[in-house]
Amino acid sequence: MAVIEGEKVSDIKRLEDIARGIRIDILKMLAEAGSGHTGGSLSATDIVTALYFHKMRHNPKDPAWKERDRFILSKGHAAPLLYAVLARSGYFDPSLLSTLRRLGSPLQGHPNSKSLPGIEVSTGSLGQGLSVASGICLGLRLNNIPARVYCLLGDGETQEGQVWEAAMTAAHYGLDNLCAIVDNNGLQIDGPVEEIMRVSPMNDKWRAFGWNVIEIDGHDMAAILSALDEAEKIKGRPTVIIAHTIKGKGVSFFEGRVEYHGKAPTSDELKRALKELGE
Amino acid sequence: MKATRDAYGEALLELGKRRADVVVLDADLSGSTKTGEFAKAFPERFFNIGISEQDMIGTAAGLSLSGKLPFASTFAIFATGRAWEQIRQTICYSNLNVKIVATHGGITVGEDGASHQSVEDIALMRVLPNMTVVVPADAYETKGVVDVISESYGPTYVRLGRAKVKEIMPEGYRFHIGRAYTFNLGRHANIIACGIMVAEALKASEALRNDGIDVGVINMSTIKPLDGDVLIQAARTSGFIVTAEEHSIIGGLGGAVSEFLSENYPVVIKRVGVKDSFGTSGEPGALLKLYGLTSEDMVKLIKETITISNC
Ligand SMILES: Cc1ncc(C[n+]2csc(CCOP(=O)(O)OP(=O)(O)O)c2C)c(N)n1
Ligand SMILES: [Mg+2]
Repeated sequence: MAVIEGEKVSDIKRLEDIARGIRIDILKMLAEAGSGHTGGSLSATDIVTALYFHKMRHNPKDPAWKERDRFILSKGHAAPLLYAVLARSGYFDPSLLSTLRRLGSPLQGHPNSKSLPGIEVSTGSLGQGLSVASGICLGLRLNNIPARVYCLLGDGETQEGQVWEAAMTAAHYGLDNLCAIVDNNGLQIDGPVEEIMRVSPMNDKWRAFGWNVIEIDGHDMAAILSALDEAEKIKGRPTVIIAHTIKGKGVSFFEGRVEYHGKAPTSDELKRALKELGE
Repeated sequence: MKATRDAYGEALLELGKRRADVVVLDADLSGSTKTGEFAKAFPERFFNIGISEQDMIGTAAGLSLSGKLPFASTFAIFATGRAWEQIRQTICYSNLNVKIVATHGGITVGEDGASHQSVEDIALMRVLPNMTVVVPADAYETKGVVDVISESYGPTYVRLGRAKVKEIMPEGYRFHIGRAYTFNLGRHANIIACGIMVAEALKASEALRNDGIDVGVINMSTIKPLDGDVLIQAARTSGFIVTAEEHSIIGGLGGAVSEFLSENYPVVIKRVGVKDSFGTSGEPGALLKLYGLTSEDMVKLIKETITISNC
């Protein structure tokens, strides 16, 4: 799947259908594992689907391909989403998905680059991915490789100081090969981001740090694709896409519910969720 | 006399000429860490990240992921303390080829005082899986260390000093990761030292020889992985080991040697180092005296211990 021109999916309906399948994979994996992060995996599903099945140039048969676009999951707890997308893209056998979080599984609770192909760097401790992304961008530029780097952050995650250190660095070095995406679902673990530690006005902050800012509905596939295209056209500075999303998107009884941040569906919830998703 | 940081600046410059993939990062201390020399010669391969050590470590990780060989430098306490978890999560867990070469290790930083004197960095780096930890003893060894680590894959921490130190390693000596250098083995005691304490240990050994006490000196410049063979040989020869480091006696070289020997060849061990305290402002020589890190302190300790165990 995906990838090198010709194989990429550009039909919106088809992409939405892939995203639906990814959501189903995520829910099954989590239910099987009995633990893991549901809300933040579902909120970013449309974005990551768009990246891997439409936007990014990558080759599942050659994960170390030098010219590939890179994806850094800075919010590493959305590992189930990344695993489902990598499996459906062809990086590894989808039957591995059912081993999530089990002893001996390469599908660690948070992504481990040493255990699974397609993972650029190990994450899980929030706030670190954007620095890595900008380092890769600097290296790509030195190597004259025109690849792009995408980095997905949580909105709560942007409370970490290092995110803003990295934001400064990326702007200072004019990294237009970098595109950060904030999964702006409004929730973190202990409650709404607005109540726990206000990050808003998010757009003004990034703009003040020297970034090009694009704001979209993070579940509108067409909007995601055009934002990704627009980001690529901006020269001289990095772009951040603030994607307004709903935590737990796709399953009515998980949507906007803070308690489903780090809770896996029960078998009953799984049944009802799959029905809603038309499975 | 030359500071190990000066040797680093020179070695980096030479390495930069030889290898186009070498990149250097600093956090607003390039004049002090001596990465400024590289920066002048190769401005396009030097990245000043500003006063943001955590981002510097992450950016270095990213550069290594794109095939570069990054050297990241700042003061020891900021590199290993402020950015510890970045080193753990991003560099060590992903096993990335990033070289963290920090200067201003230990109390001989001097007048800047405790905030800038790192006596914890070796412990902080040693505990991390995949990490190699090296503390060269002089400028000559530092150059060798830079060359060797640039040729070997993996996360590496190198601790350098601010003050000028005497050249003590013999000409022709070649550094190897994980291989200690034995100056001599003593029958009564063997001092396992690193960094500036190797020179002090040599002085102590010399002084004790005049009193008929035979003390060996070993430069354990690689603290991780430790040279276990040399340690066992030293313990077997003398039955008494002294460790010496410009670092807390907790968790550093003394900790590492004690852990290893207690499991593999238990003998009497005494640790010379900073005794669970912060540093303080002062002239480096005076600080070494105040914290008990001179050759005289070692002579006293060895004499006392030998007398006690003889009666
Ligand atoms: C440095 C760090 N601190 C705390 C945590 C625990 N943690 C995991 S997810 C999370 C909340 C993240 O919220 P947000 O970034 O908004 O993610 P999302 O809503 O997309 O799940 C926290 C605090 C962590 N993983 N890393
Ligand atoms: Mg959130």
